[in-house]
Amino acid sequence: MRIRAQIGMVLNLDKCIGCHTCSVTCKNVWTSRDGVEYAWFNNVETKPGLGYPTDWENQDRWKGGWERTKSGKLQPKQGAKWRILSNIFANPSMPEIDDYYEPFDFDYDHLKSAPEMAAFPTARPRSKITGERIEKIEKGPNWEEILGGEFSKRAADYNFEGVQKEIYGEYENTFMMYLPRLCEHCLNPACAASCPSGAIYKREEDGIVLIDQDKCRGWRMCVSGCPYKKIYYNWESGKSEKCTLCYPRIESGNPTVCSETCVGRIRYLGVMLYDADKIDEAANMEDERDLYDAQLGVFLDPHDPVVQETARADGIPEDWIKAAQESPIWNMAMEWKVAFPLHPEYRTLPMVWYIPPLSPIQNAAEAGTIGTDAGMPDVKNLRIPVRYLANMLTAGDEAPVVTALERMLAMRSYMRSKTVEGVIDEGIATRVGLSGRVIEDMYKIMALADYEDRFVIPTTHREQVEDAYDLRGGCGFTDTNGCGGGSSKGSLFGGSKKPLKMPTEV
Amino acid sequence: MFANFDINFIIFGIMPYAALTILVVGSVARYDRDQYTWKSSSSQLLRRKQLIWGSILFHVGIITIFFGHLVGLFTPVWVLDALGVPYALKQWMAVIIGGPAGIAALIGASLLMHRRLSEPRIRATSSWMDIIIMALIWLQLAIGLLTITQTLQHMDGSEMVRFMSWSQSIVTWNINAWVTVVDVHWLYKLHIFLGLLITALFPFSRLVHIASGFAAPFRYLLRPGYQIVRSRRQQPLPKQGSAKSTPAE
Repeated sequence: MRIRAQIGMVLNLDKCIGCHTCSVTCKNVWTSRDGVEYAWFNNVETKPGLGYPTDWENQDRWKGGWERTKSGKLQPKQGAKWRILSNIFANPSMPEIDDYYEPFDFDYDHLKSAPEMAAFPTARPRSKITGERIEKIEKGPNWEEILGGEFSKRAADYNFEGVQKEIYGEYENTFMMYLPRLCEHCLNPACAASCPSGAIYKREEDGIVLIDQDKCRGWRMCVSGCPYKKIYYNWESGKSEKCTLCYPRIESGNPTVCSETCVGRIRYLGVMLYDADKIDEAANMEDERDLYDAQLGVFLDPHDPVVQETARADGIPEDWIKAAQESPIWNMAMEWKVAFPLHPEYRTLPMVWYIPPLSPIQNAAEAGTIGTDAGMPDVKNLRIPVRYLANMLTAGDEAPVVTALERMLAMRSYMRSKTVEGVIDEGIATRVGLSGRVIEDMYKIMALADYEDRFVIPTTHREQVEDAYDLRGGCGFTDTNGCGGGSSKGSLFGGSKKPLKMPTEV
Repeated sequence: MFANFDINFIIFGIMPYAALTILVVGSVARYDRDQYTWKSSSSQLLRRKQLIWGSILFHVGIITIFFGHLVGLFTPVWVLDALGVPYALKQWMAVIIGGPAGIAALIGASLLMHRRLSEPRIRATSSWMDIIIMALIWLQLAIGLLTITQTLQHMDGSEMVRFMSWSQSIVTWNINAWVTVVDVHWLYKLHIFLGLLITALFPFSRLVHIASGFAAPFRYLLRPGYQIVRSRRQQPLPKQGSAKSTPAE
């Protein structure tokens, strides 16, 4: 057993209103630069839909994630190392920028500088790549917003697998949900595995997956390797970039920008302890449907004294162990089993999890009788097909999703009974395998969702590994050629470098 | 020594050392000072068309040629003699392997050149150096293929041996190396000159990715497992029986 800690995230899709505040604040902070105008480290998709980049879930096309070979070996879906190297001249599985969208801006200046004309001046679009006029914008970062476009196109959504989808094209039966997406900071990242330069790494202390911008050579295997298409090639700098989980904020105990600004309070951040030695096995389950359970098996109970002791021996700070005990992620993923990984069948063991959304009861209005299961609506009558959610969250296994939805319905039912009728109905709780006390905890964290309940983030203990004196007067965040102070100290041509202690490979 | 001062002496006697010095010092300096700029500058994201065929033909061709030149020029003549390889046979091999590889590379380079100049997205994001390097390599490939017409006129391999002894004299610090190639055909001379020029431009252009490209297979194939985990920890954790630094195979 080798215990590591990871900052995980849960998104409660039941409360997402699709306002895109997360995407916009993220963009303003991280990708408002040349070369990554088209990149959204965080984006919100309307499902069902093909998403951004278009058709990203179709791994037959993009070869993202891992596969279990016939001989039972786990290897990137792009192929073994030699196969990836052989694609280094031209990557056949890499999306083109038009699969995202051609970035554009508008001639705003024309609005005030246009001469007097019969018609009002308009701001017409221009390509941000070539600077040339775009006559018609064909695609954007959120082209299918609120079911935009024809059903026949959106119905190519991968999650319709095994669903009789035709009826969902009818107005009366249509359904939708929002899916905010960001880097999953996987336990078994396929991007890192695909990088021939070894530039992508996972941080031991908090599990954040980063790209070393100096080491990246732009071989772009990570772009196709990541099944979530959350690595973006910066066409200006020639380097790949990705979500950093706002590590400077996380290190100082603050939530990520997307989480901080979420108006629906749907995002949770917390520590998960996991056994690094089990990753191999968990990612390589023979049946895809076992992958969700296998990943649960990688997580370690922070309340277990043996785990705590081993964690201390493995160098995990005391306040991280304490944070793991109070982790909302642990509660939702492990205790209540209401949160699930996105597409576990990619075998990357993702660490951004989702609570499936409830949806209106189908046919309730017309029939007048809601199909109920002992006083509670039957989740099979929810507007969003359970199979659809299961395809997204549990590799098609419906049982765990049904349990989660039932527990969420039970929470509503229990709390309605308690606060409206003044009756504590313990029966509701036991029917879904919980107790009244647990439901009230769920209510506190999932419904009220106070700031300090959502974000339980211990600070990083840099003081234990760095001498602050070495950092005094050092560089801030810069790119290219150091701080540019004009002197060439600490270089090939000058004196010796400051003994800056950089992260080392373990 | 400088009595017979000659442009040939500058190009074939001095320029190799100048070019190699620039190559080494410039590359080390760029790697150390500005590694962020060390990259392949792939434009595949912006336009896939013509890149798949162009890039594969070009790279496979030119890598074959590169190693052909390396082995062909720097194998000592006595090794050939010891192995009993006739010079004519070696020259035939060079033509048979290098010819098709050169044609593949030239077709690839033409596709890439066309794409770079005619595709608005690629044109707009190209630097001057990208275009200069592309043009020089295209020219170099064309001239290299043209020299085959000369080569075929003396199939005894004597001309080839002159280039071998020139290259080997350069790397063994023989100041009179240049004399061996003074009276070869001007196509060969132009080919050598362009080769040295491209070598000198290496650290200042996207060509630096060649070094990374040769290093990548070693880095990648020799890396244990697939994953990389970095730690801030200064002292490694005590070893465990089952401890592994790579989470997944």
